[in-house]
Amino acid sequence: MDPSAPLAIEAVGLVKCFGDTRAVDGLDLRVQAGTIYGMLGPNGAGKTTTVRLLATLLRPDAGKATVLGYDLAQEPEEIRRRISLTGQFATVDEDLTGAENLILLGRLLGLPKPKERAAELLGAFDLGETAKRQVKTYSGGQRRRLDVAASLLYTPDLLFLDEPTTGLDPRSRGEVWEIIRLLVAEGTTVLLTTQYLEEADQLAGRIVVVDHGRVIAEGTSAELKASVGTGVLRVRLDDADDRDRARALLAEAAGVTIHEEADPRALMAQVSDPDLAARALAALTAAGVGVSDFSLGQPSLDEVFFALTGHPADAATADAPPTR
Amino acid sequence: MSTTAPPPVAPPAASTAPTPPVVNAAIRAALGARRPEHRPGALSHAVTFAWRALIKIRHAPEQLFDVVVTPVMFTLLFTYIFGGALEGSPRTYLQFLLPGVLVQTVTFTTIYTGFTLNTDLSKGIFDRFRSMPLWLPAPIVGAMLGDTIRYTISSIIVFVIGFVLGYRPEAGLGSIVAALALLNVYAFGIGWLFTTFALLVKTPSTVMTLSWLVLMPLTFASNIYVSPDTMPGWLQAFVGVNPVALVTTAIRQTLDGEATMAAIGWALLAPAVVTAICAPLAMALYRRER
Repeated sequence: MDPSAPLAIEAVGLVKCFGDTRAVDGLDLRVQAGTIYGMLGPNGAGKTTTVRLLATLLRPDAGKATVLGYDLAQEPEEIRRRISLTGQFATVDEDLTGAENLILLGRLLGLPKPKERAAELLGAFDLGETAKRQVKTYSGGQRRRLDVAASLLYTPDLLFLDEPTTGLDPRSRGEVWEIIRLLVAEGTTVLLTTQYLEEADQLAGRIVVVDHGRVIAEGTSAELKASVGTGVLRVRLDDADDRDRARALLAEAAGVTIHEEADPRALMAQVSDPDLAARALAALTAAGVGVSDFSLGQPSLDEVFFALTGHPADAATADAPPTR
Repeated sequence: MSTTAPPPVAPPAASTAPTPPVVNAAIRAALGARRPEHRPGALSHAVTFAWRALIKIRHAPEQLFDVVVTPVMFTLLFTYIFGGALEGSPRTYLQFLLPGVLVQTVTFTTIYTGFTLNTDLSKGIFDRFRSMPLWLPAPIVGAMLGDTIRYTISSIIVFVIGFVLGYRPEAGLGSIVAALALLNVYAFGIGWLFTTFALLVKTPSTVMTLSWLVLMPLTFASNIYVSPDTMPGWLQAFVGVNPVALVTTAIRQTLDGEATMAAIGWALLAPAVVTAICAPLAMALYRRER
């Protein structure tokens, strides 16, 4: 990161508790202006709470933050004038039509011509034909596009996107990604939370990995992957009873630690060298262990988590904080 | 406030098949709008939220069902059940009862304010509102302003059914308008109580239960159905200070053309007190995190 570039967000030691749960637990964040910053973590890691803190919806129990140069505790009104929030749960009014939603928000923001602006955005986001339908009839992709459009009635200096593509089909996901890229080209800073490593990888210049409300890693996508290993070998056996034997064989052939997956027939290992993976598979075949399926690919969020924290990502979901 | 429909939205410039390049060009053109220099004031924000309440009614007119049916039911039931026994004939009793039924109907309708708000607050759109540079009370004040349309509709329905059954106000049409205005101010004031309930409890049904607990005794231990002369002394004392009874007295006097400033003052005292206490409380609760 260029140390001289202005910071859109600078947070130090943010803490937010809900009852006994420390949803955000001493979180530090430095987001350079004009970039897409990815916040990666499983459900309950504290991503949404962090966004709600920085978007002035919650007050931190401890810590300090500056957003766009304004103090979070002292100048929330200045921050609200310059940010937009597209929340994880539809931040549009389901009972209103798409057009009415944008007109309502446009009027509240004091746009000179809210109706014209709404029509323009609806057209641009390919929602012109659904403009007069209530949002509750929208598909997931349409709803998300409207939600993003609602954040762009005027171009914010900083846009919070809380899991913008969760639950979307691949095409809708691609469209939302395109919109985010275009927006950053206009100079907006985007703080994006996601559960998908691929999404952070596709969009974000820098990524912070959070778990239990704390930062466990920060860096570019390449840096994070390097810390995990470049590839992951997954093997699914014909017979679960062979797993122990297969595990020993793989460990010997590849020379790495082999992890057991939840599936009783599956094994997983971090292998950076494809030749090594091939040799390990050959060792299984030579020993007569039946393999039904194998793959060598990029580490998933689970594997990033495993490598960084030593526990699987879904273990963190048990103590998800209330979202309301 | 405007109830006009938004103008038809122009058909999309982009083709229906949103291949990314087409989306790109259209979106790029729509980006880059600058923040307006002029910011709307508090009143403008509240009126915009009232407009939101009205378009919600327009999309789901069936939500006015209870606002329409309840007053018809109450007027008919009480007129014909009690009329003969209390005043010799339903028609004579109606002349006494109708102003009371008006107050009862509007009072019950105020519960709806809390009920709707509680449902509304749990929705994601309120996250957006709270992250926007708005006059903080605007969503609540606006919703309450929008509710005055409910009060007015249910009052007018009581008047219409009353006319059909033979009710005639002594003081003519002007007094009806005055009564409507008084009822709306009263309902807006006590509506803050149920707004506070809505912000205090988690579910709409709890808001409902709490509100009925408050309103049932206030409505029945009053002068709505009978003159309190035959009640025991302690109950008469209660009726004497019961805000529902005070506003009923003021409405009766207004429709009889005999309204005194004192009666109107007493009628508006409780709404003023409720507003003074509950409005700041409601704002503090709304500002509280959820």
